Amino acid sequence: MSDSDPNDRAAVVTRLAELNRTFSQVVPHNRALGLEMVELTDSAARVRLPWRADLVGNPATGVLHGGVITALMDACCGAAVFMALPRPRPIATLDLRIDYLMPAAPHEVVLARAECYKVTRNVAFVRGVAYHDDESRLIASAAGAFMLGTKRGSRRSEAAGE
Amino acid sequence: MSDDIVRYVRQARDAGDPGALAAPIPYARFMGIGARLVDGELLGTMTFGEQLVGNTALPALHGGTLGALLESTAIFQILWEAQTVVLPKTINLTVEYLRSGKPVDTWAKGTITRLGRRVANVRAEAWQEDRGRPIAIASAHFLIVPVEEPAT
Repeated sequence: MSDSDPNDRAAVVTRLAELNRTFSQVVPHNRALGLEMVELTDSAARVRLPWRADLVGNPATGVLHGGVITALMDACCGAAVFMALPRPRPIATLDLRIDYLMPAAPHEVVLARAECYKVTRNVAFVRGVAYHDDESRLIASAAGAFMLGTKRGSRRSEAAGE
Repeated sequence: MSDDIVRYVRQARDAGDPGALAAPIPYARFMGIGARLVDGELLGTMTFGEQLVGNTALPALHGGTLGALLESTAIFQILWEAQTVVLPKTINLTVEYLRSGKPVDTWAKGTITRLGRRVANVRAEAWQEDRGRPIAIASAHFLIVPVEEPAT
């Protein structure tokens, strides 16, 4: 985002603060999982997920359940889409594909990064990864499409005729 | 680990109660996800709780929770139907969101479309009040190890 116009910059800062607050505090499931927004840029987001015993999928190994990674990627991808929009609009996930590359290591923080690489009039396309430490230890990769300007943010409201 | 899974699956089958499939999974408890036999059919369930909400204004379930229910239901179906000595490992999962999830209980059904030696292909769909109006569907691949073979 350009820093040439102080009014624009102020608007962006306000929007970032608002998005951060919404993400971490207003979305109950993000809060329940302990997701923390750590970075927001032009069309990308980074989210942090500390390991927790009650999120484990296999008690014998301590590996987080795949559902946790799916929710993390959905949240991170959605935030990236918000950042890429010229003005705030309701969005809804159309689809999300997750490839599980490696089990998340027990007791380790998981990070997610997502980037919205294309926005059209109706649809935004996003891709992302979940990883440990740096992106050389990939846990999952994700690709998704989001519908833009949905009525009150409901999923597929237009297509479903609701 | 294999022993535990085998034990739980056997218990569940012997008792005719798939609830034992979900019981040992901490994340399933956190999410309110379980498995039930309804008219002889194995269904995944997700009991509504405030921790599942993604949008408080609508309100609507978080998309991630539906992905979690669909993936879990697919795994329950594999454990129930197929002999496996380890928990199926998800290779990948594609979730399509069809309708907003209301703040009520959600049901899901997994169908194994192909059971190979190493991979199971599963489709799953989730619904709330009306099974004819699914709110999300998924297709997924899982790595499995049949019980006859050593778990390497």
